[in-house]
Amino acid sequence: MANRLMISTGNEEFLERISEMSGQIITLCEQCGVCSGSCPMVSEMDITPSQMMRMVQLGQSEVLRAKTIWLCASCFTCTVRCPRGLDLSKVAEALRQVILRQAVDHIDIKALPRDELVELPQIALVAGMRKFTG
Amino acid sequence: MEPDIHKFPYYPGCTLKTTARNFEVSALACAKKLGIELVELPRWNCCGTVFSLTDDDLIHHVAAVRNLIRVQEMNRDGMVEENRLVTLCSMCFNTLKRVNLLVKENPENLEKINNFMYLEDDYEGNVEVIHFLELLRELDPGAISQRVERPLTGLRVAPYYGCLMLRPREVGIDDPEEPTIQGAILAAVGAEVIYNSYMKVCCGSYQTVNDKSAVARLVYDILSHAQADGAQAIVTSCPLCAYNLDSRQKEVREIYPDFEQIPVFYFTQLMAVAFGFGADLCGFDPNQLVPEHLLK
Amino acid sequence: MKTEESIMQRIADAAKAVTRGVDAKDIEHWVTIYIMGRAYKVPADLTILTAMEYAGYRFVRGVGCRQGFCGACSTVYRKEGEYKLQTGMACQTRVEDGMYLVQIPFAPAEKAAYDISKESYDASVFLKFYPEVARCVSCNTCTKSCPQDLEVMDYVQAAIRGDFQSLAEGSFDCIQCGLCAMRCPADIVQYNVAQLGRRMYGRYGMPVPKHLITRLQEIEAGKFRGKMDQLVAVPREQLEKLYASRVREAD
Repeated sequence: MANRLMISTGNEEFLERISEMSGQIITLCEQCGVCSGSCPMVSEMDITPSQMMRMVQLGQSEVLRAKTIWLCASCFTCTVRCPRGLDLSKVAEALRQVILRQAVDHIDIKALPRDELVELPQIALVAGMRKFTG
Repeated sequence: MEPDIHKFPYYPGCTLKTTARNFEVSALACAKKLGIELVELPRWNCCGTVFSLTDDDLIHHVAAVRNLIRVQEMNRDGMVEENRLVTLCSMCFNTLKRVNLLVKENPENLEKINNFMYLEDDYEGNVEVIHFLELLRELDPGAISQRVERPLTGLRVAPYYGCLMLRPREVGIDDPEEPTIQGAILAAVGAEVIYNSYMKVCCGSYQTVNDKSAVARLVYDILSHAQADGAQAIVTSCPLCAYNLDSRQKEVREIYPDFEQIPVFYFTQLMAVAFGFGADLCGFDPNQLVPEHLLK
Repeated sequence: MKTEESIMQRIADAAKAVTRGVDAKDIEHWVTIYIMGRAYKVPADLTILTAMEYAGYRFVRGVGCRQGFCGACSTVYRKEGEYKLQTGMACQTRVEDGMYLVQIPFAPAEKAAYDISKESYDASVFLKFYPEVARCVSCNTCTKSCPQDLEVMDYVQAAIRGDFQSLAEGSFDCIQCGLCAMRCPADIVQYNVAQLGRRMYGRYGMPVPKHLITRLQEIEAGKFRGKMDQLVAVPREQLEKLYASRVREAD
């Protein structure tokens, strides 16, 4: 996770858009890192949840290329622990939605192996479709 | 002595009709034993399984509201008097409850959704969504233990809560950090309850569709900690947790060859055993590893 | 002006009986419809299909039985001053004043190949061949677009939870016109899902019809072989006579 946050010329519109979609006052984040320390998926991620928040604060739309936004499992652990009362799961969803709404799916439904599809409970597939396809 | 029957509207959800059929069968039987009749909603539809998290995405709340309208219709038609909709699946519970809260707190959103569904009656916001575990908690102390015919004495069980019955706070049915609601039931049926801090760590949820190995690593953390604390079985109330914790043990063994299998049950299956129900109502999978305790 | 006497042309001409030989000045009621944006004045009692033919269109595709059964002449229209997009079969829907319409002669749709004798009789068969059913948001647009008035959303939901009977019965009158699939925001091809469900239900869910089994055994045992051989040997002319004079139920 050798990712260094560089302060570059941010895009305020991006911050505004994500704030609006997520309903979160993203600038409240004070980078304490409780979210990253609580996240069960953090070891799979390329940037931590707190880095994700920082990039959005700085208007860095490159965050849309991070694996992290797709690895969020919407478990709401960070949500119940954030000392600023922020809901990061909503921020991650807003970031996913920016991509999905351009009709770009994160998974290829037809490439999912059929022998695995028949094993899955419907709730897994329905949730996967809602999170990974637009 | 059988108690008076109290009827509740009941939302099963898709998975309880298929891979988690044993959850439904055991739950309905246990409920009946406790004087609760769960009356299935007519014409219910998939709730959507995950609450849509962006503020401007109302279309994904429509499915849940349709089901709430069915409860309203049941009340109107006198099928049930209760306006509390009982759920078993934690995902359905979370989605239905969050959507219900959202539309109750945002009349403008409710109006938009009602207008979109102009062929349905308007949803008036009078339904409450609860989890079956909450109903059990409301019973008189001892209501469950009094009906135990075969106490699960000596069986060490770790209740696994996962996420969606605990979080976020506004929909959680217990303390999100120190939940006890399932453990209390296991204790009432005579099992030894193993608590550990992994009981509320996410199983990976829908990532199972796309990233089996990430899920397997989480499942290993959860199960191996329970095993280290002496658990012989895991209990849950979510068919997706059950699937990940149980079926993904195959992938866990590929990563951690020393890992030993541990059975995963719905809490209602263990209740059914303790109530002395037959195998058909306990719903053990013939391929599943079941501690001898439960098979006698 | 006819350049060739195709079968489709003959059928179209026959269906024009309603206006044939009637002078335009004797037609009392007229409506204006818009076909792909262009206005046409047509007699008010025509169907969309006959009105389009009246306006000079010729159908070589996107038309079939003209009786509301084949599902070929799907139409989408919007009426002046109304926000709702409507659907119908062109052969079954009467023109109305101010209709803006377009034909949907074909619905591009993914259709899975499967062998029902090898599939398991539960919900997983739908997730296997049509996983996109899991994208249904219960918006009910499919139901609203169905010219057969089927509860399409309900049968898709039945498929998701593996309720084959509700799916088969709920979709029984489907004519596969494709309008549901064209309007579905989740890109589900409802009618192909339903067809898979009906086939599975017929194979595994319904009782085996004893009389059919008996008859199949009789056929295989050669009970009708002699008569069939006789029939095959009959010259065409005589065969036509036999056909015309066959015993049949009254229409």
